[in-house]
Amino acid sequence: MSTATSPSAGPSRAELVLRQAEYWITVYRRTWKGSAISSFITPLLYVAAMGLLLGGFIDEGGAQLEGAPTYLAFIAPGLLAAHVMQTAAGETMWPVMGAIKWNKTYYGMIATPLGIADIVTAHLLFVLFRVATTSAVFMVVLAFFGVYASWTGALAAFLVQLLLGLAFAGVIYGYSAGLRSEAGFALVYRLGVVPLFLFSGAFFPISNLSAPLEWLARITPLWHGVDLTRMLTLGNVDGSAAAVHVVYLGVMAAAGWWWSVRRLERRLVV
Amino acid sequence: MTLEQAPPAMIRARGLRKSFGNFEAVRGIDVEVRPGESFGFLGPNGAGKSSTMRMIAAVSPPSGGELSILGMDPATDGTVIRGRLGVCPQEDSLDTELNVRENLIVYGRYFGIPKAEVTARADELLEFVSLTEKAKAKVEDLSGGMKRRLTIARSLVNRPDLLLLDEPTTGLDPQARHVLWDQLFRLKRQGVTLVLTTHYMDEAEQLCDRLVVMDGGRIVAEGSPLDLIRTHSTREVAELRFGVGEHDDLADKVEDLAERVEVLPDRLLLYTHDGEEALAKVHERGLEPAAVLVRRSTLEDVFLRLTGRSLVD
Repeated sequence: MSTATSPSAGPSRAELVLRQAEYWITVYRRTWKGSAISSFITPLLYVAAMGLLLGGFIDEGGAQLEGAPTYLAFIAPGLLAAHVMQTAAGETMWPVMGAIKWNKTYYGMIATPLGIADIVTAHLLFVLFRVATTSAVFMVVLAFFGVYASWTGALAAFLVQLLLGLAFAGVIYGYSAGLRSEAGFALVYRLGVVPLFLFSGAFFPISNLSAPLEWLARITPLWHGVDLTRMLTLGNVDGSAAAVHVVYLGVMAAAGWWWSVRRLERRLVV
Repeated sequence: MTLEQAPPAMIRARGLRKSFGNFEAVRGIDVEVRPGESFGFLGPNGAGKSSTMRMIAAVSPPSGGELSILGMDPATDGTVIRGRLGVCPQEDSLDTELNVRENLIVYGRYFGIPKAEVTARADELLEFVSLTEKAKAKVEDLSGGMKRRLTIARSLVNRPDLLLLDEPTTGLDPQARHVLWDQLFRLKRQGVTLVLTTHYMDEAEQLCDRLVVMDGGRIVAEGSPLDLIRTHSTREVAELRFGVGEHDDLADKVEDLAERVEVLPDRLLLYTHDGEEALAKVHERGLEPAAVLVRRSTLEDVFLRLTGRSLVD
């Protein structure tokens, strides 16, 4: 972007994004208790039921789990990544449609100095904050079950959750920004979130799938997130595979942001 | 001595157009609004008022023509322009997740007003629109009139140079309308330039120094309320009520008594300089209306004359 020399040069993009902090802090203060339950207790129930109880049977059977010492160690990164996907989806579906269609708050916001890109960016940064807090808490709890091979690996896995959250948030925000009816959200769950949750390698190695399904799983974003997270928590990182995962998720996050801005602009600026 | 320059126009539009696909909502209008003025866009639904307002608010790019707001081009200086505007949209866009006071504070922060200052302003504005007692209330629990007042308070949080009000009192009860008019009148006296759209003629007469009547995307008349009445109507109107079904035939008999006679299903309207005199002549001709009313012409007469009586939607 060229530096503006006009005497009417306005605030920078960064400042415009920052001006929305008050809004998001106020919203978060009002909603964090409710979201704490869904974003923390629910995954913990999965850890208990699947990781510990179901995992007990699986470990007795001596399953091949991509080098994971226990079933819990295998699914912990999967649950973490899947949970990040769900948090990102939840924060970019109804809240976006509400701001466009029900409360029309976006129409109030675009009447101020804020631009469409500023609004999208601030929203995605808030999703990033939500992903960071929930995955941090979740990861600390998992630490007590001894599922991390190293602290540095765990820390890197945490950063991966941020990238994964942005990748999903950007794409789903873009989808929501152009959506006319909330019926479209059921579609996201039925065709997106639920099948990804079940078949992206969170609960079993995708090599267990038939070849065509395995390849299908390999192109889904959640698998890239799960596989990368698992490499890091188990401590067996394959450099080139990891690089592919990071590039995949990074491109998805950037493209999602761009698409979101474009779709919201088309919706609001007419 | 420097040459005194006329203050630059707050809004200047030349041949301004807006189309949505094949539909032309605004078909080339010229408008100039000066500082401190109260300016109104009148017109029936679908006349292009709201489309014009959204272009002026720098949220909707013009499809053609020139537009300058506060001396700047909305296409390139939208952020700066919007920073100096107050906008009260037709539909409330308040944040129902926040309480009344938070709505003002959060909104003020979008303009970059420091937290301490915006907090003080929020309290002042709540006082101004008589919502101090509702500061902690949820937006959902407010009545329609209170929501409108909160929206107006929100539009003032950045101390705008130019306040845009799109049908500010539509849907309000008479009490709430008068309270709002009073507040808008106070703002006008403080020197805020007001631009409003309305389809209430009494509102336009109360608030506007100058107005344009829009119809089908074009400006069909322009002037002060009084000018418009003078130009497009007569000083007075005599309304004569006869038996149902007689009005069409009787119209011919009184045609020469007024500058213009309008036939409605339930009455005849005689547009004339002197209503009483016209009425006396009606009686001289042996016609006995069941009821009569002589009144001053209003902006409503002008409006109906210019935009017709048929429904547009």
